[in-house]
Amino acid sequence: MAYPANFRYTKEHEWVNVEGGVATIGITDYAQSELGDVVFVELPKLGAKLEAGKSFGNVESVKAVSEIYAPAAGEVTGANEELAKTPELLNTDPHGKGWLIKVKLANAADVNSLMDSAAYEKYIAEKGKEASA
Amino acid sequence: MDSVNSAAKTELRKTPLNALHRKLGAKMVNFGGWDMPVEYPSSGGLMAEHKAVRNGVGIFDVSHMGDIRIHTGKTSGGALAAVQHISMNDASKLAIGQAHYSAMLYPQGTFVDDVIVHRLGEDDYLLVINAGTREKDIEWVRQNTAGYDGVVEDLSDAYTQLAIQGPHAAEVLQRLTDANLSTIKNYWFTHGKVCGLPDRLIARTGYTGEDGFEIYIPSDAATSERVWNAVIEAGKEFGIVPCGLGARNTLRLEAKMALYEHEISDSINVFESGLDRYCKMEKGDFIGRAALAKASSAGLKRTLVGLETIERGIARDGYKVFDDAGEEIGVVTSGSPSPTLRKNIALAYVPPGFAAIGTIVSVEVRSQRIKAQVVPTPFYKRAKKAAPQAVGTA
Repeated sequence: MAYPANFRYTKEHEWVNVEGGVATIGITDYAQSELGDVVFVELPKLGAKLEAGKSFGNVESVKAVSEIYAPAAGEVTGANEELAKTPELLNTDPHGKGWLIKVKLANAADVNSLMDSAAYEKYIAEKGKEASA
Repeated sequence: MDSVNSAAKTELRKTPLNALHRKLGAKMVNFGGWDMPVEYPSSGGLMAEHKAVRNGVGIFDVSHMGDIRIHTGKTSGGALAAVQHISMNDASKLAIGQAHYSAMLYPQGTFVDDVIVHRLGEDDYLLVINAGTREKDIEWVRQNTAGYDGVVEDLSDAYTQLAIQGPHAAEVLQRLTDANLSTIKNYWFTHGKVCGLPDRLIARTGYTGEDGFEIYIPSDAATSERVWNAVIEAGKEFGIVPCGLGARNTLRLEAKMALYEHEISDSINVFESGLDRYCKMEKGDFIGRAALAKASSAGLKRTLVGLETIERGIARDGYKVFDDAGEEIGVVTSGSPSPTLRKNIALAYVPPGFAAIGTIVSVEVRSQRIKAQVVPTPFYKRAKKAAPQAVGTA
């Protein structure tokens, strides 16, 4: 699956897409494939304040719980309610319908320090090599 | 799981099928010091593998399991006496070709490991043990049978063990063997030709709660891969898929089959675990018996129950259990979404006063406490039709 060029990416495998000061945040295709079948998603309430690098929720697959970390600071303005009923959207469309939350960023420029798609693709390719070593 | 982390720095052990799993693109994990497939994205992942076993057929590499043979020494009956001493079930009741579930106990009545005991011959037994406890078990068997006239052999590395599980398992395996599988009852076994290999042990056993077989073949990689591929080929029309430890865990949990360091351990006794139906106090002395006789009259402090979460959330291994008043009363030993039931299920130890079906408790899931209800177990029980059933065996 392609990693959209207009997104930014974290080392913890979240993506962030900033449009007009509002960031949409999700987990990457790599993250969902590592997790396996997603069965439960726990998201913050509207108005919750996120701190960069701090956990804001959990994604659970059948076999494990994984924390999700905020790519940047901000306030939660939206959460993907579809995921309560169909958490498998994270597996089938992680960069689209499987989005997690929308956040009003404290400082939109914060995301510029994150990886772009080329850097992220290189990063996960390296991870793949480590795993098979 | 502590067993998973302890071996992280050392070289992981590999089954003869390791290269094949990697070629198939399996996600590999460290399981008790073994590099094992947890799921195969090419099979559709854990959920798809689980469903294949419930509705069709799946194949598992379980070569990491250990095998200990105890056979007769100078006097006939020496092996039986040794097995009776270390195993809580009554091996004298086994016919040749029959197996049963049992456990090896510490003197305090807690678990060294659970085992399947097979009676191979007149005075000849095969104990199949867990991977994570292999060395400990073998040492335990050697030490505690030293005074008996039985010969202990560690055959763990001699076999590749494949589990073929699911309602279509018999049809698939029948295509590869001259043994008449329809005559093998649940927890019985035979020897027959498999994929041209003579005299292979074929047992109607498994760890999935489904009908199925476990076969034991020579452990060289070429033979192991040849048999694996033959099973896959024979199972194609039934949608056979390779299955990993992830599905093995959800399948066994639905069937309420114990996992070492979870439902059973060196600090949990036989009565607490609810496995006392496999413990034959009347058979004569065995390791753990005296402590259990005392424990049974003292009453239980905790017992294993099935839980189903009522509120949103998944109770997982190690999560704490609370009563209405907020008192901590127990702990979850295994918990997972159940792919078959589409509910979140768990096994937990609680005081007997909380064991009644319908009792409401809560489980601490991260910072929240979510309600859960005590439900009957096993969570899943297959319709008994595929295998002819054994009569009068436990």
